[in-house]
Amino acid sequence: MSERTLRVLLPILVLALVVLCWHLIVRIFAIPQFVLPGPAVVAATLIADFELLWRSLLVTLTLTFEGFLLAAIGGVALAIAFNQWRTVEYSFYPYAVILQVTPIVAIAPLLLIYLPQPLAVLACAWIVAFFPVLASTTLGLNSVDHNLLALFELYKASGWQVLWNLKLPAALPQMLTGLRIAGGLSLIGAVVAEIAAGSAGAGSGLAYRIVESGYRLNIPRMFAALFVLSLAGVAIFFVLSAISYLALRRWHESAIDRER
Amino acid sequence: MSDRPAISLHKIGKTFNRGVRALDDVNLDVREGEFVSLLGPSGCGKSTVLRIIAGLSTPTGGTVDWPHGAGKIGFVFQEPTLMPWATVAGNVRLPFKLAGADKASSRHLVEQSLERVGLAEFADAFPRELSGGMKMRASIARALVTEPQLLLMDEPFAALDEITRFKLNNDLLSVWQELRRTVIFVTHSVFESVYLSQRIVVMTPRPGSVFTEIEIPEPYPRNEGFRTSPEYAGFCRQVAQALAEAMARGALP
Repeated sequence: MSERTLRVLLPILVLALVVLCWHLIVRIFAIPQFVLPGPAVVAATLIADFELLWRSLLVTLTLTFEGFLLAAIGGVALAIAFNQWRTVEYSFYPYAVILQVTPIVAIAPLLLIYLPQPLAVLACAWIVAFFPVLASTTLGLNSVDHNLLALFELYKASGWQVLWNLKLPAALPQMLTGLRIAGGLSLIGAVVAEIAAGSAGAGSGLAYRIVESGYRLNIPRMFAALFVLSLAGVAIFFVLSAISYLALRRWHESAIDRER
Repeated sequence: MSDRPAISLHKIGKTFNRGVRALDDVNLDVREGEFVSLLGPSGCGKSTVLRIIAGLSTPTGGTVDWPHGAGKIGFVFQEPTLMPWATVAGNVRLPFKLAGADKASSRHLVEQSLERVGLAEFADAFPRELSGGMKMRASIARALVTEPQLLLMDEPFAALDEITRFKLNNDLLSVWQELRRTVIFVTHSVFESVYLSQRIVVMTPRPGSVFTEIEIPEPYPRNEGFRTSPEYAGFCRQVAQALAEAMARGALP
C-alpha cells in the first residue's frame, strides 16, 4: 500500500475504532443520554439541529474571520513599522508581549463589560491572533540576506523598493506560518469570549450554544456543537495551509516535494 | 585598452567599530579595461576593499578617486545572492526594475545578458532549480546586464567544484575579452589569479595592505593550453612565493 493511502486510511481506521468503542461502552454500561450520549444519538442530533448549529457556526466564523483579518493586517503593518522605525519597535514591543502572555480567558470578562458582545468577541479573536503574525513577520523582515540588501543599496534602491521588492517577499514564508497559527487562535479567541459571555450574552454563536445546551442538560447537542466547532478549526487550518502552499510552492524549500 | 587609471585608491584605511583594523594604507591604481586580482589569505580585507570601491562601506582613512567619474558598477558576491522567489530573468532584470524601467524596455538586455553566460534556456527557471555553477552564472548575468564600466567579483567561484570553476574561469575570460570592462577579482587561489589576471595584487593580512604587485604579461585568449604550460607553472610559483612572504609579514598565520 502506498504511503499516501496509508496516511488517509490509518486515521480513518482509528476514528472508526474510537467511535465503535464509544458506542459499545454506552451500550454495555447503559449510560443515560444526559451523561454520555452514544455516537448515533450525536449524529442524529447533528442532523436534527443542523439549521440551528449552522446559523450559530456562521455567527462564530464571521467574527473569527473578521478578527483574523484585522490581526493579519494589524500584525503585518506593525511588523513593517517595527522594521522601518526602531523607536516604534522599542516603544510598543513590550506591550505586544504583555497582550500575548495575559491569558485571554482573563481578559474576556473585562472586555464584555465595556464592549457590546459581538465587538468583545471580535476583540478577543483579534488579540490572540495578532501576536503570532507580528512576531513571525518581524522575524522574517529581519532575516533578509545581507548580501541582497547590499545589492539593493548598490543599485540605489529606495526604502520602499527594499521593503516591497526584498523584505516582504523574503518574509513571506514566516508571515504565512504566523497567519496559519493565527487562524486557529482567532477561533479560540472568539469561542473564549462567547463562553465568557455565557447566558448573559445575547449572541447565538456556536460556543454560546454549547453553554446553553449544558444548562439545559442537552448533552447530545453539546457534542454536536463541539463536533462542528472542531470541524471549523480543521477547515481553517487546511484553507490557510493551502494558501501557504500555493504562495510558496514554486520557490520555497518548505513547499517543495522532494523525491528520495 | 588604455593606460589611464579608472580608479585610484590612496592610503585607504578601515577600522571597524569593534576596533578591528581591517585595512591600513592600501594604495592601488586600476587601469581602464584591466583585469586585476586581489590575492591574499582569508581575513586580509580583500572583500572590504571591494565593498569600499562599491560604496557599500566607507573607509576610515584615505580616498577613492575616479579620475573619469564613477560609472556603473556590477558586483558579484561569494554566494549567488539570487532572490529565490523570482525567476532567473526576474533576478537579472532587478537593476532595471530598481531604476524604474519597465519590463519591455529591458527585455532585450536581459535576454542578451543571459545569452552571454549561457543561461538563455533557463530564463523562466527558479534559482532552486539551478546547479551551483548555473546560479553563479545568473549572478554574473545580473551584474553585467547594466553594462557596468567596472565589475567587482568577491571570490565568486570559491564554493564551486574544480571542474565548474575552470569552466566559469574560461567563460568569464571570454566575456571580459568581448566587453573589455575593468574587472577587480578577489580570490584566495594562486592558480585562479594567475590564470585570469593581467596583474595580481598580493595583500598582507591583519591589517590588510598591498604587499606586492605581479604582472602576468601572457597574451589572451588563455585556455587549457595555458593552464598546463611551464610559463603558467612559473608564474604560479612566483605568486605563491610572494603570498608566503606576505603571510609571514602578517602577525598571524
